[in-house]
Amino acid sequence: MEHDYFLFTDHLAVGYQGKALIEELDIHIKKGEILAMIGPNGAGKSTILKTITKYLKEIKGTILMDSSDINTMTNKEFSTKTSIVFTEKIKTEMMTCKDVVATGRYPYTGRMGILTREDRSKVNQAMELVHITNLKDRDYTKISDGQRQRVLLARAICQEPQLIVLDEPTSFLDIYYKLELLEIIKKLAHKKKIAVFMSIHELDLAQKVADYVLCVKDGKVFRYGKPEDIFKEEVIQELYHLNNGSYNALFGSLEMNQTFGRPNVFVIAGGGSGITTYRKLQQKGIPFITGILHKNDIDYQVAKHLANAVIVEESFEPISDAVYEKAKVAIRKCDYILNCLKQTGSMNERNLELLQTAEKAGLKKLHTTDELDWS
Amino acid sequence: MKKEYQRYVIAVLLLIVVFFLLLFLNIGMGSVTISAKQILHILMGYAADDTAYNIIWKIRLPRVTASIVLGGALALSGFLLQTFFHNPIAGPYILGISSGAKLIVALLMVFALNKSYVLNSGMLVIAAFAGSLISMEFVLIMAGKVEKMSMLIVSGIMIGYICSAITDFVVTFADDANIVNLHNWSRGSFSGVSWDNVSVMSVIVLITTTITFLLAKPIGAYQMGETYAQNMGVNIKRFRILIILCSSMLSACVTAFAGPISFVGIAVPHLIKRILNTSKPIIIVPISFLGGAIFCMGCDLIARTAFSPTELSISSVTAIFGAPVVIWMMIRKVGDSSYGT
Repeated sequence: MEHDYFLFTDHLAVGYQGKALIEELDIHIKKGEILAMIGPNGAGKSTILKTITKYLKEIKGTILMDSSDINTMTNKEFSTKTSIVFTEKIKTEMMTCKDVVATGRYPYTGRMGILTREDRSKVNQAMELVHITNLKDRDYTKISDGQRQRVLLARAICQEPQLIVLDEPTSFLDIYYKLELLEIIKKLAHKKKIAVFMSIHELDLAQKVADYVLCVKDGKVFRYGKPEDIFKEEVIQELYHLNNGSYNALFGSLEMNQTFGRPNVFVIAGGGSGITTYRKLQQKGIPFITGILHKNDIDYQVAKHLANAVIVEESFEPISDAVYEKAKVAIRKCDYILNCLKQTGSMNERNLELLQTAEKAGLKKLHTTDELDWS
Repeated sequence: MKKEYQRYVIAVLLLIVVFFLLLFLNIGMGSVTISAKQILHILMGYAADDTAYNIIWKIRLPRVTASIVLGGALALSGFLLQTFFHNPIAGPYILGISSGAKLIVALLMVFALNKSYVLNSGMLVIAAFAGSLISMEFVLIMAGKVEKMSMLIVSGIMIGYICSAITDFVVTFADDANIVNLHNWSRGSFSGVSWDNVSVMSVIVLITTTITFLLAKPIGAYQMGETYAQNMGVNIKRFRILIILCSSMLSACVTAFAGPISFVGIAVPHLIKRILNTSKPIIIVPISFLGGAIFCMGCDLIARTAFSPTELSISSVTAIFGAPVVIWMMIRKVGDSSYGT
């Protein structure tokens, strides 16, 4: 087969005890590429990763690594090509972080596993690369989850693999460590030309780090492609069966569902001034209408998920009479008006007019959502 | 020299000093006290006092050699089981493996006594090995069924009780004057060990210990957990079988010649790890062996001399020193989330 993929699977089926959990996997990764795998819990992401790394036997199909079948490789040969960062907790006993990293040199050491000077310098380099040199003498059980994850990554690096397989490397990490870890992974892929295959739950991060994205669901590949083709509202919504919230493709963020019921509050917003208020109202379970927003306003991105109705105007157009009338009709049905706008310009100045209309119509003016107690 | 190496060297030197001290005490102390000068004379081959010569060569030397070899074997067996089950309080006694060996050996002994058949050392070892493997099989089945490691220990203890009960039953109803010996053996004792026994156990333990030492590298990988070990290139299936065979063989050897001995397998590897502040198998394997030898020599000395002429069972002494170590370990582990026992 003529291709330059480092990892290539053909009609692969994976599962346990001869039973396929996921079938027809055609995965391909080149050196220097990052493939992120997303999908609901229990879809079999870990099973795929465990099969790729030879821990589980494949049910059907072939896995080629560097153009040769992984089953024809010796354990040692395989271990110099692939290394892992998995979720299972390692119970070490009196091992320093450096000891843990050094286990990555296993395939290269002799019968008794004694480290040579070269091995030691590779261990040090790997620790430098992930910025954990300061942890080298600390006990592995006495450091934080974020630090542990980096130690395991350093371990994987000093195994000098051409492919690193990571199972949810960012879970349990705070945002600082998440970003740092992914930054290192990106650097590894792009600078050291290592192929990376990882499962990940954070869609926003996956979108930013992956070259390709594999979505698995219901025993098969649901979608496989570039991030821009995957991170779309409808794809993600279907992948995760989102019915108690929604995915915003532009922000890569998740929003809860709108509160149903007769809206009683009209929120005037625009230019990002409304987002906090929308989320607060949603949290309190208060249905609301908002407007008048332009379609390219960032408030609109959140409003369309959270508001019961949004009065919108086309992008870059001044507010037309028709839209204004719609807003007026909506306002008359409400009891409260909340103005978030701090600033207006020629495109949305009619919102101020709308506020006056509301006050004239006898709506109670609110300054914050706290004035509303919906009990 | 690096700090950790300094620590190893100092600790090992100290252990060696203690080893020789205990060796001398074991040879010299007893119902007849023999002076250090006499001991050296006799060991160098100068025939001095006939009684002293006989006591040393026929009784005390084989006995102390047995306690060295078997003590080391016990410690290693425990270390292997702890690695295998990823559980710091696993050991041949607590998992019921010693008791399984004891049962089969007792059955064989009673059978031989009835038929007036003389058993040799090899047969005892084979019987004990078979018994160890049977118990081990049960433990492995339980390990596949229970999720919590603490439940594994509980089921091991239960297997131990069942085997001991059957052994007691068999021993009680065996009718022979030799039953006294059998009874002593079934409680654990180094007494009455012959040079023939010593040579057989030494060969077996030496071979098994060498194999274990050569497995130091994969043991180190396996300490990281199966998935990681596999990714490092360890053939997991073959490795697991080797570990089971080695640990069963070591504890079988102990049971065949000295009966079941408690807590050495758990306490010694743990103490050695604490002293050396490492869990690297390449260091822990040989030094645990040394530690086990010291522990058993010391305990046997107490068993022989504390209430002389009455001899304590070796297991009661090892329990007095070993069990507190285990309790201390468990207390230390409480609140440590990385231990899923």
